[in-house]
Amino acid sequence: MLSLFSKKRIRGGVHAEQHKALTATQAIVSNFPLPEKLYIPLQQHVGKPAEPLIRVGDKVLKGQLLAYSQGMISAPVHAPSSGIILDVNDYPAPHPSALPIRMIVLETDGKDEWLPAPIVADPFQLTPEDISLRVGAAGIVGLGGATFPTAVKLNMGRENRIDTLIINGAECEPYLSCDDRLMQERAGQIIDGVRLMLHGMESDNAVIAIEDNKQEAFLAMQAAALPYPLIKVIQIPTRYPMGWDRQLIRYVTGKEVPVGCRSSEIGVTIHNVGTAYATHKAIRLGQPLVNRVITVSGGAVARPMNVEVPLGTLISELFNFCNVNSDLTARIIMGGPMMGDSLPHTGLPTVKATSGILALTQSELKNTDEQPCIRCASCVTVCPAGLRPLDMANNIRINQLDVAVDIGLKDCISCGCCSYICPSNIPLVQYFKYASGEVAARQQAQHKSEQTKRLIDARNARMERIARQQEEEERVWIAAKKERERLKAEQEALV
Amino acid sequence: MIPHMKPSSGAHVGVNASVSQIMWQVMLAISPATAFGLLLFGWPALNLFIITVASAVFFEAFYLRLSGRIAKPVLMDGSAVLTGWLLAMTLPPWAPWWIGVVGSGMAIILGKQVYGGLGQNLFNPAMLARVALLISFPVEMTTWANVSPLFFSHSPGLVESWHITFSGLENLDATTGATTLGFIKTEFSQNHVLDEILKDYSGFLSIIGWRGGSLAETSTLLAALGGAWLIRQGVIQWHIPVSLLLTVTVLASVFHVMDDQHYVSPFLHLNSGAMMLVAFFIATDYVTSPNTKAGQLVFGAGCGLLIFVIRTWGAYPEGAAFAILLMNAATPLIDHYIRPRIYGRDRKGKPLEIPKS
Repeated sequence: MLSLFSKKRIRGGVHAEQHKALTATQAIVSNFPLPEKLYIPLQQHVGKPAEPLIRVGDKVLKGQLLAYSQGMISAPVHAPSSGIILDVNDYPAPHPSALPIRMIVLETDGKDEWLPAPIVADPFQLTPEDISLRVGAAGIVGLGGATFPTAVKLNMGRENRIDTLIINGAECEPYLSCDDRLMQERAGQIIDGVRLMLHGMESDNAVIAIEDNKQEAFLAMQAAALPYPLIKVIQIPTRYPMGWDRQLIRYVTGKEVPVGCRSSEIGVTIHNVGTAYATHKAIRLGQPLVNRVITVSGGAVARPMNVEVPLGTLISELFNFCNVNSDLTARIIMGGPMMGDSLPHTGLPTVKATSGILALTQSELKNTDEQPCIRCASCVTVCPAGLRPLDMANNIRINQLDVAVDIGLKDCISCGCCSYICPSNIPLVQYFKYASGEVAARQQAQHKSEQTKRLIDARNARMERIARQQEEEERVWIAAKKERERLKAEQEALV
Repeated sequence: MIPHMKPSSGAHVGVNASVSQIMWQVMLAISPATAFGLLLFGWPALNLFIITVASAVFFEAFYLRLSGRIAKPVLMDGSAVLTGWLLAMTLPPWAPWWIGVVGSGMAIILGKQVYGGLGQNLFNPAMLARVALLISFPVEMTTWANVSPLFFSHSPGLVESWHITFSGLENLDATTGATTLGFIKTEFSQNHVLDEILKDYSGFLSIIGWRGGSLAETSTLLAALGGAWLIRQGVIQWHIPVSLLLTVTVLASVFHVMDDQHYVSPFLHLNSGAMMLVAFFIATDYVTSPNTKAGQLVFGAGCGLLIFVIRTWGAYPEGAAFAILLMNAATPLIDHYIRPRIYGRDRKGKPLEIPKS
């Protein structure tokens, strides 16, 4: 009985409607017309924003470094095409708020001219550290959406002597098929990228996990991996969120990553297929990460497709190219429909994390007519993290955020299964995101008041010290004066 | 550009379900048993059924009006209709009209709305009303009509049924009798043993429900079929019904094997009283049952245990309603102690240790 429980490797999850056939059956479109202007945010990754090293008016080539990474966890940004720098300033970010963040605006010259890069003859002669350095210098981040700098992960993998590299080809989000197409069309390059990553981490074994709804991608990858017996390609059940790294790790290795640990600490590292492909291009061709494949799909899109675009392309240009009907569009989503963010308008750039842009019609969206919770507990059943979303939401509703944190708010991965299944249409993930932000703000406020108190205490102590010093000085001065007077009196007496 | 867009995260798509859809599915599942009950007990039962459901809707609307809310969208969720319906199913079929009205009033107002409405109540409203009625009006609540199907010659006609419903039964002895469980209880008190008590008992009639009892509780077959359909539809989970029925079966078997003259057989337990209705439609009420599968198993077992104990040793012949209310009270406790394990943490909520390799 006990072993029966421990063997259970998938927990929770939903069978979301796929909608992948819209785009998964046609080749990646690579003739996207070069936009006239590209808007390149300085922060497209987890960590510190990059620091620009170009000036307005500079002429740059495609692949040229525009902003260098600063700090331990950061990533540089490169020019997605050749042209002239128009501006370095704040522009609306691809985020639900569309608040301005720092971006470089590049006016393309239409030549799309690469900066010449030296080709490495045999990258497997490079030291593993050199692989990490090159991957870091190419600005590669996790392309599955987490955008964690890949070089940092390679280093952690090397330091922790990991035994398995998992390549995440699950692509469990509905609608998205960019990884699927990439695996079908560029399997050889991906496998090469995987081998380079293994070399960079001084590890041998890789497992490429692909959901069993992507049969062709599986076959293509299997064929490409055939010469390398240590790279296994496996099929995993189609069930959202299979691509959640920790769920996938548990399914593939049977190990569970403890809360607060990195997966490399238990000997596993996980990378996305898109990241492996970008690694291949960076090491073999010396090309930094300047473009990516994006799924444009949804009911309002007349020509849904996977299209390779330079980073910084505005969503409006993508939508023009794909004939999106703006009257039908009820919501624009960056990413998948389960975890993606809705965007307020299309004047926002695509970034490294953009796996898809969806234009969904009203009928595709979940009903937002909220009804009272009837404690049906579907959310408890589908939660892959083992939380009780209904209890968390109830506590958040009455502003008991501490209780919500105690029962697991911080372990929520925002996968959206609970919101997906809820018959009362309660936006549970919205509650959790709000609460997490509020908890962070409160902690910050408390930190600030503590700091203020510390400063006041320090000032009081300082003032006291100064007062004491003054008193002391005065005493000394009075004593000196007395002494002078005494001497004077003595002298007078002598005279 | 999309004007006036509500900012929203996560799961932009989702299942097309709603509370009312769930309620309607449950109603569909109980309608065969209800139809059979109405057929079995004729026009007076239909009168009582209509009065009970209508007054449940009335009290819901009345309370919402009092609290200054718009009644229509809340009424449309179907929960008031379902509560009235379930209550009506558990009432004596020929009970007077005011039993239905008072029962619905207690179910909707004391059982649900005072807690804050749908989803907030601690106890199952229908069972709360059933128990309150039973304690307040023991005579009316234990007067069981004999089987008198619609359109049969000795059954009351439409006009006569109004008389029964609105001015009460005359000639009680001719038209009423005891339920199986009630009969056994009385006979036990006269030191009779089961062999003589159950001379006339027919297992087959009991399964299809051709026997005296509450308005629509008698048919084991139809209730179980409705329940099975609900499980197949994914509206309810199997955990509560299975653990409840299994617990009763096991307990009844053990005692019946030990002494088959003083402890009734598991078959009779499963085919009498409110057993099936409670197992599939009352105990599985989302609001008042635990959230986790393990908790639901415990809850079901607790209900089964209490039903058996009350039936066997209690003062009342049937204990299902009491058992449900007692376990409802234990639900928050069960939910507090039985929780799913969070990923990457142990059962106590501490992070797992990194395995030494």
